[in-house]
Amino acid sequence: MTLTFTPADAASGSILLLFLLALAAGLMSRAQRLLIIFSSVVATAASLLAVVAGAMTVGSGTTERMVLLLGLPDLPFHLRLDPLAGFFLAVIGLLAAFVSVYSAGYLKGFIGHRPVTRLVVFYALFLAGMFMVVLADDALFFLISWEVMAAASYFLVMFEDERPENRKAAYIYLVIAHVGAIAILLSFGVMAGISTGFETFNGYTFDAMRQANFPLPWATAAFLLAFFGFAAKAGMVPLHVWLPEAHPVAPSNVSALMSGVMLKTALYGIIRVTFDLLRVFPWWWGAMVLALGIVSAVMGILYALMEKDLKRLLAYSSVENVGIILVGIGLSMVFTSFNLPLLSALALTASLYHILNHAMFKGLLFMGAGSVLHATHERNMENMGGLIHVMPWTAALFLVGCVSISALPPFNGFVSEWLMFQAFLLSPSLPNQLMKLFMPLGAALLALTAALAAATFVKAFGVTFLGHWRGPQRQTIHEAGWSMKAGMIFAAASCLLLGIFPTAFIDWLHVVPEGLVGGNISMSAGVTGWMWLTPVAPERASYSGIGVFLGVILVTAIVYVVLHVRPGRIQRGPIWDCGFEKLTPRMQYNATSFSMPFRRVFGFMASVRERVTLAPQQAHPAFPLRLQYHLRIRDLFWNLMYKPVADASFWLARKVGRLQQGRIQSYLIYSFVTILVLLLLAGI
Amino acid sequence: MDLQTAAQINSFLAAFVLLTAFGMLAQKRISSLIHLFAWQGFLLSVNTAIVGYLANKHHLYISSVLTLSLKVVLLPYILHVLVVRLKIRREVETLVNIPMTMLIGLALVIFSYHLTAPVRELSTLITRSTLAIALATVMIGLLMMITRKHAVTQIIGFLALENGLFFAATSATYGMPLVVELGVALDVLIAAFIFGIFFFHIHTTFDSLNVEQMARLKEED
Repeated sequence: MTLTFTPADAASGSILLLFLLALAAGLMSRAQRLLIIFSSVVATAASLLAVVAGAMTVGSGTTERMVLLLGLPDLPFHLRLDPLAGFFLAVIGLLAAFVSVYSAGYLKGFIGHRPVTRLVVFYALFLAGMFMVVLADDALFFLISWEVMAAASYFLVMFEDERPENRKAAYIYLVIAHVGAIAILLSFGVMAGISTGFETFNGYTFDAMRQANFPLPWATAAFLLAFFGFAAKAGMVPLHVWLPEAHPVAPSNVSALMSGVMLKTALYGIIRVTFDLLRVFPWWWGAMVLALGIVSAVMGILYALMEKDLKRLLAYSSVENVGIILVGIGLSMVFTSFNLPLLSALALTASLYHILNHAMFKGLLFMGAGSVLHATHERNMENMGGLIHVMPWTAALFLVGCVSISALPPFNGFVSEWLMFQAFLLSPSLPNQLMKLFMPLGAALLALTAALAAATFVKAFGVTFLGHWRGPQRQTIHEAGWSMKAGMIFAAASCLLLGIFPTAFIDWLHVVPEGLVGGNISMSAGVTGWMWLTPVAPERASYSGIGVFLGVILVTAIVYVVLHVRPGRIQRGPIWDCGFEKLTPRMQYNATSFSMPFRRVFGFMASVRERVTLAPQQAHPAFPLRLQYHLRIRDLFWNLMYKPVADASFWLARKVGRLQQGRIQSYLIYSFVTILVLLLLAGI
Repeated sequence: MDLQTAAQINSFLAAFVLLTAFGMLAQKRISSLIHLFAWQGFLLSVNTAIVGYLANKHHLYISSVLTLSLKVVLLPYILHVLVVRLKIRREVETLVNIPMTMLIGLALVIFSYHLTAPVRELSTLITRSTLAIALATVMIGLLMMITRKHAVTQIIGFLALENGLFFAATSATYGMPLVVELGVALDVLIAAFIFGIFFFHIHTTFDSLNVEQMARLKEED
């Protein structure tokens, strides 16, 4: 007997392990400390198993199928592990592994406050749901997995349910997630109906949809439904409002997963439906995705920049990054519809690369924010400062995340955004005049986004970790524990490795875009050896991550040596205080003041209300004792889009509520009249 | 007894069922209402036995006996006990006055005849002409539930409605399978018990069996 171990076995083993963990956690709720360690170990093992499965699948470019005789009679579950699923499995698994390590330390903070059993159970289900979503190969199993994921994450957001903001956030999240899910369901319904006719259920497998020829109007309907359904989950503007509410209030390890990988399952859905199921599409689909992606990126980063809550800032930055990824997907769609497979593969590679990169650095940043939260019990940056002295590890690792997300070499964010720009710069080869005109504008906005992102993260890092403590009084702040540090170190190391060895990574990845759009950029990308990344041709553009990395190290080393070679070159003295003499921590730049110039320039894109008032009990405005500064920044879309809908549904509910009179006779009359009308219709 | 006679007896009984239905609409006193209900059940039971003879279906005899024991003896007895226990002496309160109710009832009967005309043309059963009356009995039962304020009269309306359904089943298809009829009979019995329990509770809560009081349970907005 030969024992063969296939990636699909590993993936299903991983899912099974997570379900067992969810069951076991319920039994172990008495031993909380043991439960935390146990769950962390099991979740890490399961995630690594998924990484192995995904990496093997992408590496070998194979496709495996399984049919599970579960679910409804005659409608078994279909599973398929192809390179695209494998890639997402690897991304999700990798961050989940790091976060699971981190959780061991983070969850200890809850001991003595509240039991973590619920958190562990839904954490396991959440991970299992995400793995199942990418493995699903029929509409039924996909939607079941999708709902498992949504419901589990709802309970995770609700974990600290005594706070009203958590309940509100979880409610908004649930509503938007389900509106999205309905759209996805309808989209699958359309595709299944077109592929085998609306009379049977046989079209529910993705294989049936892959073989169908969709007429353009139906394909457009299916695409629009699927796109907006998935975009609601991905947090694309203007469907993003749940994201800055739900991500900050969830426990930080969950926020890391939600921002880092849950949004990616939605992007997976868009890629799967567009490139794999529908396959043929007109160019304007891509242009729409591209335009909405750019809007998301710009608006997301602007809101992030104006935010003073550290975790909300990170959540808005996720909106931005989802936008960037959508830009890549949109570009790829445009190139595909004009039959340019190589460029399409380049754009899609950039997107996929950014998906992995964003998972790593956003996971890292949320874990860092979690460490800060864990130590200070504070999310408001206005009350932080100077944490670099007490939390040097967290500060350094958070800095790595900031540099990566700001797209600075030699870290990973730079590589994917650079690839994105390369794709943009090649757009003049498009045969469509309109696209040619607007592409430079898109590239410019993307560049603006990158610059604003850098500003945002200078603010996030600077205000949180530098300067002096701004809060009321200083509690005992402690550095993160070993497991939290380990989780962050792994993520930071991945950021660096992905930044300096892009060629190897693209070589590993190339089967995914090749299978979807037919182009293969790995031949040209590594044409001059592993050191140089040359996406199209060496004479056009090239980048060497390792070269930049060594350069940075060299310059740092030279500066260090020059400064430290002779003792006494560095002197420490008091800060120059402009002769004022009495500097207090309150005079520092804070989060609001840092973003003031941007608020002045871009304030029209948010609803900003700024007011300066005198403290009440004062005699005369000419001699103010104290001034009060009020600033309220709100999402533009809340009042523009969501409030009217919510108001309208409440109005309608009140009108319909009139039917309910509380008198049995009225209800009987309703039934009686209905019966009579139906009989009359039947009689005719 | 030949088939022709039996069919005529069937039509004759159907006419009496309709008459009792109208009698219940017109009746103002609760105890008479219960008597009328019992009479309706008796007619139904006899009719079922005749249809069983006509169609040569012996299980209909069982359902006939079942009807006799349930709808003629047990349910009227329960209702009677309820009325006595709850000291309901008042006359039946109606929302719409009685002549008006009778007119609506007439309209419903005409409507039923109009509605079942195509069925009567297509069907080959001997009892087919009574289908219209069965349907009319159902609708009159519903009408009674709508127009009465008192909870006990409402349950009588409900039971009359059920009588109509039963009548429709026997006349349109020579009765349902025995299992179904047993189930329905059990359901009706249980419904009557539940109603009885509820009446006691409603009575203790609102100090009245007038269902209009229950409007107070409505959610305020």
